[in-house]
Amino acid sequence: MGDEIILLDFWPSMFGMRVRLALAEKGLKYEYKEEDLRNKSPLLLEMNPVHKQIPVLIHNGKPICESLIIVQYIDEVWHDKSPLLPSDPYQRAQARFWADYVDKKLYGLGRKVWSTKGEEQETAKKEFIECLKLLEGELGEKPYFGGEKIGFVDVALVTFSCWFYAYESCGNFSIEAECPKLIAWTKRCKEKESVSSSLEDPHKVHGFVMGMRKRFGIE
Amino acid sequence: MAEEVKLIGMWGSPFSRRVEIALKLKGVQYDYIEDDLTNKSPLLLKSNPVHKKVPVLLHNGKPIAESLVILEYIDETWKANPILPQHPYDRAMARFWAKYIDEKCMLALWNACWCEKKDREKAVEEAKVCLKTLENELKDKKFFGGESIGLVDIAANFIGFWVGVIGEVVGVELLTIDKFPILCKWRDEYLGCSVIKENLPSKEKLGAYFRTRVESASQSK
Repeated sequence: MGDEIILLDFWPSMFGMRVRLALAEKGLKYEYKEEDLRNKSPLLLEMNPVHKQIPVLIHNGKPICESLIIVQYIDEVWHDKSPLLPSDPYQRAQARFWADYVDKKLYGLGRKVWSTKGEEQETAKKEFIECLKLLEGELGEKPYFGGEKIGFVDVALVTFSCWFYAYESCGNFSIEAECPKLIAWTKRCKEKESVSSSLEDPHKVHGFVMGMRKRFGIE
Repeated sequence: MAEEVKLIGMWGSPFSRRVEIALKLKGVQYDYIEDDLTNKSPLLLKSNPVHKKVPVLLHNGKPIAESLVILEYIDETWKANPILPQHPYDRAMARFWAKYIDEKCMLALWNACWCEKKDREKAVEEAKVCLKTLENELKDKKFFGGESIGLVDIAANFIGFWVGVIGEVVGVELLTIDKFPILCKWRDEYLGCSVIKENLPSKEKLGAYFRTRVESASQSK
């Protein structure tokens, strides 16, 4: 029986990209539907009435929301190919912890980096780099957070990398200078077809962010 | 092989009590270590250097932090009385609602109780939206987990108990039977379960704790 998979998404969203990446890792065919977040479709409002946000995965008509929850769902349903979570419960807990850390910290701080100025921006930049350094430390000498292969934390974090150029440009700093090992890791990930096909072009993201800044009147 | 399970917690923390519920539900023996959060122990700082918060579970010396992460770990390690459903879709739903409670509900409920008087009306409205959403999700189920307590019920301990205690102290009643009959019925069933009842702080002690908070807040004005 064929599986019907639909993804409601918004192209620059690093959260949506996580789902694209997980689907690519599992070699799954799906229908991509672009949402205009200023004019949300009836389908999105029906499938995610609680948050009205993307990404939403619709699998045989049933919706799943929240990117990390979707990724875990995909990993559990299509468990035979490219497992993203380790099999050992302690390692699974560590993977969930770090993915949760990325969720709690990076988006908020990144947003402040591109949407604020002056002291508020400086503080956000400092904290942002501190978070990346902590993650870099957690990576250690491993090729991926998942060990020898891409795992749950890699999926959670690598999608932010196409926003790095926008952050750097708005904040006038270099992430590579501060976290060279992390940047090396992003390059290693992008050698994989599943990753490179799921991430957006950093310059395109930068253009999007510039448009947002203009809209919010940040100069 | 002897198993060593320790929990670093705080008596009044709903997050800490969630872990105790799960351990007790599964019949896991553990040592409880109370942490003075105004003077955090070296053990806590070493076990959770990232967030420096309770609860932290130490299983054979290895630390796990973040209550929802700990709950999933407990469920995967000790198989009696599962707290997550078997089917991936149902598991995704359970995780969704637990996350909703953690990220939206608890914050909204807390704000409604502690915000400034001028912001109260709006904050209470937002809290009630959260409660209504949960009420709609519960529908005709006995618990969020179905016939027995599951992940979402454990995550909702703040709603089942803390909200009422804090509400009484600050004079804000949120979980009213006229607006939320289903959720109130759930609360009564929930608080009637022995594994829940036995893993709540004393109402008097918690009330006194929050009363002190109100007093020190008004004194600092």
